[in-house]
Amino acid sequence: MINLSLSELGAALAAGKISSVELTQLFLARIARENPRLNAFISVDEERALGASRAADKRRAQGNAGPLTGIPLAHKDIFCTQGWRTTCASRMLENFVSPYDAHVVEQLAAAGMVLVGKTNMDEFAMGSSNETSYFGIVKNPWDDKLVPGGSSGGSAAAIAARLVPAATGTDTGGSIRQPAALCGLTGLKPTYGICSRYGMIAFASSLDQAGPMAKSAEDCALMLNAMAGFDTRDSTSLDRPVENYARLLGEPLAGLRIGLPREYFAEGLDAGVHAAVDAALEQFRKLGAVTVDVSLPNSGLAVPAYYVIAPAEASSNLSRFDGVRYGHRAAEYGDLNDMYCRSRAEGFGPEVKRRILIGTYVLSHGYYDAYYVQAQKIRRLIADDFKAAFQHCDLIMGPTAPDVAFPLGAKSSDPVQMYLNDIYTIAANLAGLPGMSIPCGFARNLPVGLQIVGPWFDEARMLGTAHQYQLHTDWHRSMPPGL
Amino acid sequence: MQWEVVIGLETHAQLATESKIFSGAATAFGAAPNVQACGVDIALPGVLPVLNRKAVDCAIRFGLAVGGDIAPRSVFARKNYFYPDLPKGYQISQYEAPVVSGGSLSIRIGQGSDAQEKTVRLTRAHLEEDAGKSLHEDFQGKSGIDLNRAGTPLLEIVSEPDMRSSAEAVAYARALHALVRWIGICDGNMQEGSFRCDANVSVRPKGASEFGTRREIKNLNSFRFLQQAIDYEVQWQIGVLEDGGKIQQATVLFNPDTGETRAMRSKEDAHDYRYFPDPDLLPLVIAPAWKDQVQAAMPELPDAMRERFGRDYGLSAYDAATLTATLDLARYFESCVAAAGRELAKPCANWVMVDLAARLNRAELDIAQSPISAVQLAGLVRRVGDGTISNAIGKKVFDALCNGEGADADAIIEAQGLRQVNDAGAIEALVDAAIAGNPKSVEEFRAGKEKAFQALVGQVMKASKGKANPQQVNELLRKKLQG
Repeated sequence: MINLSLSELGAALAAGKISSVELTQLFLARIARENPRLNAFISVDEERALGASRAADKRRAQGNAGPLTGIPLAHKDIFCTQGWRTTCASRMLENFVSPYDAHVVEQLAAAGMVLVGKTNMDEFAMGSSNETSYFGIVKNPWDDKLVPGGSSGGSAAAIAARLVPAATGTDTGGSIRQPAALCGLTGLKPTYGICSRYGMIAFASSLDQAGPMAKSAEDCALMLNAMAGFDTRDSTSLDRPVENYARLLGEPLAGLRIGLPREYFAEGLDAGVHAAVDAALEQFRKLGAVTVDVSLPNSGLAVPAYYVIAPAEASSNLSRFDGVRYGHRAAEYGDLNDMYCRSRAEGFGPEVKRRILIGTYVLSHGYYDAYYVQAQKIRRLIADDFKAAFQHCDLIMGPTAPDVAFPLGAKSSDPVQMYLNDIYTIAANLAGLPGMSIPCGFARNLPVGLQIVGPWFDEARMLGTAHQYQLHTDWHRSMPPGL
Repeated sequence: MQWEVVIGLETHAQLATESKIFSGAATAFGAAPNVQACGVDIALPGVLPVLNRKAVDCAIRFGLAVGGDIAPRSVFARKNYFYPDLPKGYQISQYEAPVVSGGSLSIRIGQGSDAQEKTVRLTRAHLEEDAGKSLHEDFQGKSGIDLNRAGTPLLEIVSEPDMRSSAEAVAYARALHALVRWIGICDGNMQEGSFRCDANVSVRPKGASEFGTRREIKNLNSFRFLQQAIDYEVQWQIGVLEDGGKIQQATVLFNPDTGETRAMRSKEDAHDYRYFPDPDLLPLVIAPAWKDQVQAAMPELPDAMRERFGRDYGLSAYDAATLTATLDLARYFESCVAAAGRELAKPCANWVMVDLAARLNRAELDIAQSPISAVQLAGLVRRVGDGTISNAIGKKVFDALCNGEGADADAIIEAQGLRQVNDAGAIEALVDAAIAGNPKSVEEFRAGKEKAFQALVGQVMKASKGKANPQQVNELLRKKLQG
């Protein structure tokens, strides 16, 4: 039961083989047993979860169930959830109970999914290892001495350990795809603007995008169908016709042109990861796809440009956490300025402070043109690179991360080494493109992720392509040892 | 040394929208603290701004009214600083790409018919949100925060440094105040802060081409304070320069109690606002059709109306300017003329400017609250015009109409028997009686005292209860006395 896909779970619920209450109890029991070891959740609310599952069962009895009704779900703790503590894994919001639901939360609730808990994450989504959480590090279910990736590390660990069948994530520079890769999952960052950012606590507004994390492409398609949609409360939400993201799942791959950016297979890529990705590409060729060499010449500028733009936006977005209206306020302070300084010094962890400082610096008078304006120009160049590449291919593939999961603490003292973990994923955010990661094998017994990047709004094709691969491979069904 | 004063004004006009510029909360003045502040206004985590198109309508309307350029694409930027009444830690404003550029305003300096005309050029006008209010009294050493005003739409209107005296600055502020009310984008209520000015003031030796160093006087919310503050500041700056000192660029506050300006912060401790384009808002795109739509709904502007009053009604420049002080007044006058007939435009103007103005002034009423309607006044003007009543009786009828003693002038004239006596025989009898009854006056008149003639006219008018046709009385009396 715990390894079933969303559509299999949906079928079991529809056939009455199991009720939502039973299914929810099953996963709650797994959370109770495994979470103390993994620390994937910040909040779990059994009563609310069971209440929601009873409502889902009632809805099914009334004949109003949809494909996801009654299936348990976890939200990354970056999504505001009415009546739930919503912490963003920060001391700053340790006791913040949201008075409203994020759009994505509303959408999945409307689909009838049962929220069991809020998952751990890097503080304010800043990190690639889930080691910056105020609520403690998350461990990788494949090996609890390793990181699960980040920032959606709690969601990834929870699904990988089969504590929930699916979860939401957010991806600003790879925060869905990289943990999906490191935990052997499928995760999709949609085109910027597909999922509303309303109620998703902002890290870097022009890069943040919500997306599904699950075991398979098909699961992600079903989730995205529920999550996506125009929302007037987010000015960057796109008003597009409703789309069925599962519509191309059955599409054969014959003739599909897969672009392989030479920059993604260069120095810095682990040999084992390289080999697993190569094997996956061979599988795609067997399924009828052709691979073509393409170039993304400005790839090397993605990480530096990102580490100007994302901190710049973050430094401003996080200004609202000032201890005045909600959130952490220092117990003792002198004047107003002292209240700000102490509250923020106590409320934010070191990585968040580092990025606020970087962002404040790059926006400062005299530096703005040299950093922020230049970074925005690079951003356009990177988007142009992809446009040019997509003249020669339908989708781009490569490794999601340069290596498999690394040991806890291995990179936490070297921010640049940590930032380089997102070297392949950041460009999609800068260009607003959809990107996903699917499991494509193992290196040193740890999952390897294959990244697929598509043109804007081509999620359905990406999901279809991944699904065809998953019909012919078992990597996405592999479970961490000991489950 | 002869000094020249240079003044530029930055004016914040609160736009007359029902809801805030980036949220749906109401903007009405005077509500209990914090009841008109929604999640967006208090900057909850995850909330996002959505632009109120009505505020943009107002900006376009203003741009068109002053002959400025409406930017086809303008950008909202974040102005970052910490203050408890600024919930997000930044103000959404426009910085490098404002919605309106250029334009001008013609002003009249001085009173009456010898007022001088001058054109003040505008630099720009941009949209932004207001902050909340900090209340430092009544909280036992703490500060209260009221966020009702946070997010209220403002149009910041920046003039070129074209004014050369406090009188010009006040004339500009008055003209701008009249215009924003005229085009209906601001209620102009200065006590409530709907219209407030910052004055940039510098002095330079007469004939110099370079500007002196300026100091900015913040937040002047009455025309009187504007005048007083500038006058004080100019004397202060001249004093410093004549003593061999230098002016340091600074922001200063005006204290109405002392009549003095006092430096608030110098250039050195000026904020670095770290402006950058707000990634939560798309650029504001104004297509020609939107401009056309606003133009179509635009009332005739005061300059055009003044010119038309001169052309169509033969009014003097002074009369035309007086009658176009506000749109309500101009509309009242035009309704009056429409009912009275165009040939009576000048007497209509006189009645409105003299009798009605005095009455309203005494009762502290606005033209919209006039106790006599434009049609009622027109009826009165017609009866004076066609000789039914004299001008003096007209004033009685005017008072009677204002006091609600009758539905229209005719009814009052009939009911109170005020019709003018034009019967030559009846007048002759009264004239004879006056001559017979006042031999002393007759004697004085014959001795050359013109004043005695007026006394005799007065006797006749008194005997007729004011109803005798004064012209006939004059003629007949003179004829009889000289005959």
